[in-house]
Amino acid sequence: MTALLEVRNLRASYGEVRALHGLDFAIEEGEVTTLLGANGAGKTTTLRALCGMIPTQGEVRFEGRPIRGWATEDVVRLGIAHVPEGRGTFVRLTVEENLQLGATARRDRGGVGDDLEQVYGYFPILKARRLQQAGTLSGGEQQMLAVGRALMLRPRLMLLDEPSFGLAPLIVREVFDILATINREHRVSMLLVEQNASLALGLADAAYLLETGRIVMSGPAREIRENESVRRSYLGY
Amino acid sequence: MDASAETLSIARPRPALTTGRAILLAGIVIALALPFVAKSFLLFQLTLVLVYAIAICGLNLLTGFNGQFSLGHGAFYAIGAYTAAIMMDRWDISYVWTLPAAGAICFVAGFLFGLPALRLEAIYLALATFALAVAAPQILKLSPLEHWTGGVQGIVILKPDAPFGLPLNQDQWLFFFTLAVALLMFWAAHNLIRSRTGRAMMAIRDNPIAARSMGVNTALYKTLTFGVSALYTGIAGALGAIVVQFVAPDSFTFSLSIALLVGLVVGGVGWIPGALFGGLFVLFVPNIAEHFSKGLSGAAYGVILILLIYLMPSGAGGFVQLVARRFASFTGRRSSRTGGNT
Amino acid sequence: MELLLQQILAGLATGGIYACMALAIVMIYQAIDHLNFAQGEMAMFSTFIAWQLLQWGLPYWAAFVLTIGISFIGGLLIERVVFKPIHDAPVLSHVVVFIALFAIINSAAGFIWDFTIKPFPTPFGTSPLFGSTLIGAHQGGMIAVTLLVLVFLYIFFRYTSVGLAMRAAAGNPESARLVGIRVGWMIALGWGMAAAIGAIAGMLIAPVVFLDPNMMLGILLYGFAGAVLGGLTSPGGAVIGGFAVGIMENLVGTYVPYVGSELKLPIALVIIVTVLVVKPGGLFGRVSVQRV
Repeated sequence: MTALLEVRNLRASYGEVRALHGLDFAIEEGEVTTLLGANGAGKTTTLRALCGMIPTQGEVRFEGRPIRGWATEDVVRLGIAHVPEGRGTFVRLTVEENLQLGATARRDRGGVGDDLEQVYGYFPILKARRLQQAGTLSGGEQQMLAVGRALMLRPRLMLLDEPSFGLAPLIVREVFDILATINREHRVSMLLVEQNASLALGLADAAYLLETGRIVMSGPAREIRENESVRRSYLGY
Repeated sequence: MDASAETLSIARPRPALTTGRAILLAGIVIALALPFVAKSFLLFQLTLVLVYAIAICGLNLLTGFNGQFSLGHGAFYAIGAYTAAIMMDRWDISYVWTLPAAGAICFVAGFLFGLPALRLEAIYLALATFALAVAAPQILKLSPLEHWTGGVQGIVILKPDAPFGLPLNQDQWLFFFTLAVALLMFWAAHNLIRSRTGRAMMAIRDNPIAARSMGVNTALYKTLTFGVSALYTGIAGALGAIVVQFVAPDSFTFSLSIALLVGLVVGGVGWIPGALFGGLFVLFVPNIAEHFSKGLSGAAYGVILILLIYLMPSGAGGFVQLVARRFASFTGRRSSRTGGNT
Repeated sequence: MELLLQQILAGLATGGIYACMALAIVMIYQAIDHLNFAQGEMAMFSTFIAWQLLQWGLPYWAAFVLTIGISFIGGLLIERVVFKPIHDAPVLSHVVVFIALFAIINSAAGFIWDFTIKPFPTPFGTSPLFGSTLIGAHQGGMIAVTLLVLVFLYIFFRYTSVGLAMRAAAGNPESARLVGIRVGWMIALGWGMAAAIGAIAGMLIAPVVFLDPNMMLGILLYGFAGAVLGGLTSPGGAVIGGFAVGIMENLVGTYVPYVGSELKLPIALVIIVTVLVVKPGGLFGRVSVQRV
């Protein structure tokens, strides 16, 4: 059985400073995998490494195909949608233009209109603001926009970088409910990076724990949640 | 007076100090002998090399040591040249006094022009100075100024004789005079860079925020540097006018500013002795290029500039410095560079 | 009164050229955050290409269109060959390379076509427009072509997916890559379009200022003045700025004593410095904060 995404001995550095010391992990088709860790553990770096946004060594396979070293634009074309740290909003463009851009890498132009409606179905607030400049949206709305933009790719795999960051608890709930729906209804696989471990473990099927660029623990999300040390360090109860 | 020693010492700490001194001394001895062996036209050209070197040194203080840009130093050169020409021709003042006057006027002009720099991104400063350089010839032609500037005709001035009955012809004397001024200016620049002020200038270049938080008055230093830089170029302009015996608006077109920039990059950004090599380059390379075809000097400039930037994308250093470093690391004990990560 | 109106119309006509140059400058500024000091020389070279095609016997509009095409490819190549390798280099390197290009192109034009001044034809004729004494046919044509270019660009950026991708790439390159936009090619496309717009400006102004390797330096300065006045971050603003500078230039030349009738470059200098000091963002642009 091959996983959707397989990573072996992934290494990356910023200049002289090594940020990832050889990660091994896999994402199964249709599952939500979460990468937990403190600030600076290398979570964001891992996502950036997968997308070819930083130089890396090691092996990355998507559906068995080696993609390490590919340009970001080409990785995206495989159906890997990255919801980046800071949401990556095109602030000067309208909400709808932001969403249309999400479909840039798609071959089938036909379904774009339908998908737009579907995203508006998930996030009605975006429809109400569709002609507004995206920079004027609130943080929560921009997060929804980022998720919506990723969905416009009809992705096979979504890489989500701290979707809860800076959002009010109610909004966080809403965003995560929709992520769960998307995962369930469209079988979109997800790699979720989160500092809010209990939130992430609630959604995820599998989890990896990252400490200073190394994976120190992995397993089914349920087991990780039960683990004593994880509970003390990351869940806080 | 070990201007060249310092930078070589980057590559080779101990022995270079003496090497640098030796090179400098040898250079001065050769320079002193030149007027007695070189033909008068060559001597004239070499005098101009020194003049350009002073101007480029001024630009280097601004760009190389303070991180600000100017595409308009040709305009300051023009102001200096016209100051000298007007003082000598209209008011009959000795050429010696025109230099401090040109320096003072350009210092003020540079200081004033540097004020907008405080608020602007580097690229906007490049734009403002570009506009200054392009507009300069037309400003000099403006009719209200014609009474002083002589309009399109320009001003013809006379070459000074050697003073105190020295047995030197005019060209020889001018060379010595220019050499003395150049040595003085380079020595001053060298000391400026090594002073507290110089360290503040470089701190602003390398990290403005840190400089400010260390209590450096960045605004003051940036405008002052602009002023000093213009002062150097203005004095060079005054000397240039005396040497060429003529000023006219079309001598100070944008190509002059380009030439100074080329000299800076070729000689080495942030390397004071480089200005001399820059001066040699901008005087002789166009001559060689024009030898092959008229108008080819621009292409030669351009191609060399692009090659230099590709060799040193950071823009720091220059061709001469690159060669010197290669040479130093070739002959001297190689400084152990840490092997880069793979 | 008629003199005033005439000057304003003449100002609009040359202002259209400045607007084109300003637009070309802004396109490259948006794409790579740098000012293209070689923009004018590129336009000059394009105009020489048009002149050469005309010499070879091509009809005017064929030469016009072909020149735009060649310029587009030329601009694209300059980005790919010269600027792509130094993408991450500091500002100084970029400025130096722009100046290098300036020198090379200027020199090459002189080398190929020599430095003598050449007349350049106008397709619109020189007769007064509609029998009016206010504006000549060529000036009318200049305004019309400028407006046409603007309409075309507006439609392109507003309603096409490539235009949208270019705006996205300029606004947020990293994000643009993440949605699969080939940012490098968008930048190259911006260069190509800027070169093409510059070519149009050059071919339209050449009948007025005549053709020679140094013809565009002053016009580029006015283009900069227009772009800065309107705002370097605002294409629409740059166009308005270009027209405004054209009108100002004509009015100052007519009504302020001592200012000659030829290119009045000190005016451009004053505009640029004043705007940068008083309102660095221009009339319609965003204020650009100093990056430290």
